[in-house]
Amino acid sequence: MKKAYLGIDIGSISTKGVVIDSDYHLLASDYIWTEGDPVQAVRTLIDSLKEQLSDDIEIHGIGTTGSARKLIGLMLDANVVKNEITAHAVGTKAFYPDVRTILEIGGQDSKMILLNHGVVVDYAMNTLCAAGTGAFLSSQAKRLGVPIEEFGKLALTSKHPVKIAARCTVFAESDLIHKAQVGYPKEDIVAGLCRSIVLNYLNNVGKGKKIMGPVVFQGGVSKNIGVVKQFEEVLKEPIIVDPNSHLMGAIGIAILSSKQARDNIYPLEFKNITFETKGRECEHCSNHCEILNIYKNQKLIDTWGNKCPRGLQV
Amino acid sequence: MSKYKISFPHMADYYVPVRYLLSHLMEDAEIMVAPPITSKTIELGSKYSPDFLCTPFKYTLGTIIEALECGANVIVQAGGGCRYGYYSELQIEILKELGYDFTYLNLVSCGKTDIKKIYQMAKKLNPHFSVLKACYYGFITIKMVKYMDQIDHIIRENIGFEVKENSFIHLKQEMLEHFSQVKTYRELFSLYHQYKKKFLNLEIKKPKDYFKVGMIGELYTIMEPFANYQLEYELAKFGIAIKRYTNVQYLLFEKKHEIKKLLRQTSDYIKYKMGADASDNIARAKYFCTHHYDGIIHIKSSFCTPEIGAMPVISKVCSDYQVPVLFFSFDANTSEVGIRTRIEAFYDMLEMRREYEKSISRN
Repeated sequence: MKKAYLGIDIGSISTKGVVIDSDYHLLASDYIWTEGDPVQAVRTLIDSLKEQLSDDIEIHGIGTTGSARKLIGLMLDANVVKNEITAHAVGTKAFYPDVRTILEIGGQDSKMILLNHGVVVDYAMNTLCAAGTGAFLSSQAKRLGVPIEEFGKLALTSKHPVKIAARCTVFAESDLIHKAQVGYPKEDIVAGLCRSIVLNYLNNVGKGKKIMGPVVFQGGVSKNIGVVKQFEEVLKEPIIVDPNSHLMGAIGIAILSSKQARDNIYPLEFKNITFETKGRECEHCSNHCEILNIYKNQKLIDTWGNKCPRGLQV
Repeated sequence: MSKYKISFPHMADYYVPVRYLLSHLMEDAEIMVAPPITSKTIELGSKYSPDFLCTPFKYTLGTIIEALECGANVIVQAGGGCRYGYYSELQIEILKELGYDFTYLNLVSCGKTDIKKIYQMAKKLNPHFSVLKACYYGFITIKMVKYMDQIDHIIRENIGFEVKENSFIHLKQEMLEHFSQVKTYRELFSLYHQYKKKFLNLEIKKPKDYFKVGMIGELYTIMEPFANYQLEYELAKFGIAIKRYTNVQYLLFEKKHEIKKLLRQTSDYIKYKMGADASDNIARAKYFCTHHYDGIIHIKSSFCTPEIGAMPVISKVCSDYQVPVLFFSFDANTSEVGIRTRIEAFYDMLEMRREYEKSISRN
């Protein structure tokens, strides 16, 4: 039997899953939409991963990361539950040992990780608002009637990208409407948008951090070649985009789980297991904590959200 | 019984000394501590505040409204060196428009403390007001603040390593209860030393190479645990000793003596005072960098202008000394999950750096 490790990255928009062996080779992978239901998304994802695996594979470790890591970690009984910043750093390091800067733009958040000798020395994450993230890009693509898959290609055809305000999504949007209404060609607007994402990212997340090569770009937006090209122009550095750039968080967490693997084998069978979250508002004081009770097979296994022990009473 | 019911905005546990002072100076009035800050407080505060004002304004306005709802009719508020200096004027206008009828005792108006005006006000609230008594109890209160802050230093350095859960928090509650009942300075003094011993004797499990993190930032958000989502405590739980210089003792009594020294120490980065606590925080950042701290966390409320000015300088200091720094900006509704992710990643980073340093020294 061959030992393998499962890593799942449950993001706001998409859920990514990989199975790797002890040498970090990819045995199976999938990328699906979360669609607001992480539990169902993970069930679908695991079914698809199982189909890709041969019968002599045993899962010896499970790691979860991403914004729903805690919930899914409980559901799968994961041996590692870690934040996505560490997961991305570990995953990228395994494939690009001398990487110095990781740019990551996802659906709702964006981050920058700086490494030196394979050690994370600094990182930054966007605060408060989702400006310059994939969600903004896809909503603007819809407004312009450009399929998000074509977006990058269209941007590459532009010779004179328009200037779009880069500071804030709301300003960028009104700027964009204005540019469209005065008749700029669509490819120039699309290219301008890619540039505004890059500038916004460097201003809001980078904030003057020293970006040194090799630079690796990942997250869903890294699949957009228009944005990649703008990054190259602005940073004057070659940008590496791995073919598995969208899976890097999942790969990282799988690696972490392999390092802390115990001897038990995970059956990956969830058909007969029910899993539900019941939310309620605690009435004991005016904090009104939103208490989440997590049930596995109708049995309460965990409670979150209480600021004090009174919230634990069911 | 007088008709006055005096209250004041909350900040951390400092309601204890404030209540102590007021209750000894205004014997006839009822001193009411506002209800503890909850999500409702900030909801109320944000509802009636201009959106782009700094968050402490919203918190203090929220507590004042809650206090007024509980029947308070005199509100005491102070001021400071930034927008804080203008809080009271704006809050009076907002509360009047909402139809509340109350007296506002403004200790700092237009950036200045008018002793004569405060005296007249105090005389009005309590005709038997005595300056001598005010001096004596003022002295005890100042000492109480100092002792509380000193105990807090001990707590922050050790709470992350406590063996029995909440032992530090429970002991502090007990101490504050005793503090608020002291009658003489001598009593306070001996209580402080008793509790200091108790705190130092609490059982802890501190490894030899524990992490040390320095906290700097805007005064209200860094001091009020509710406003920073208990960041200090969350961080300590990872097994980190925390150092924070910003406290009331520093701001009120030490700052004016130390600021020149601090400016001198950071003369390679800044030349002039930058308003509020910006220069202090830059100096502290440099101190942490040069004293083997593993990382720095900077906290501010959104739209805090002096700290926004300080942040680029702090990043420069930290990148020069290669110490990681994490910036937090808190608003009325920040997602707790996001904060958690950042703290976790910060801790992972500290660990990875430590491992790397060890591997270098081994070779």
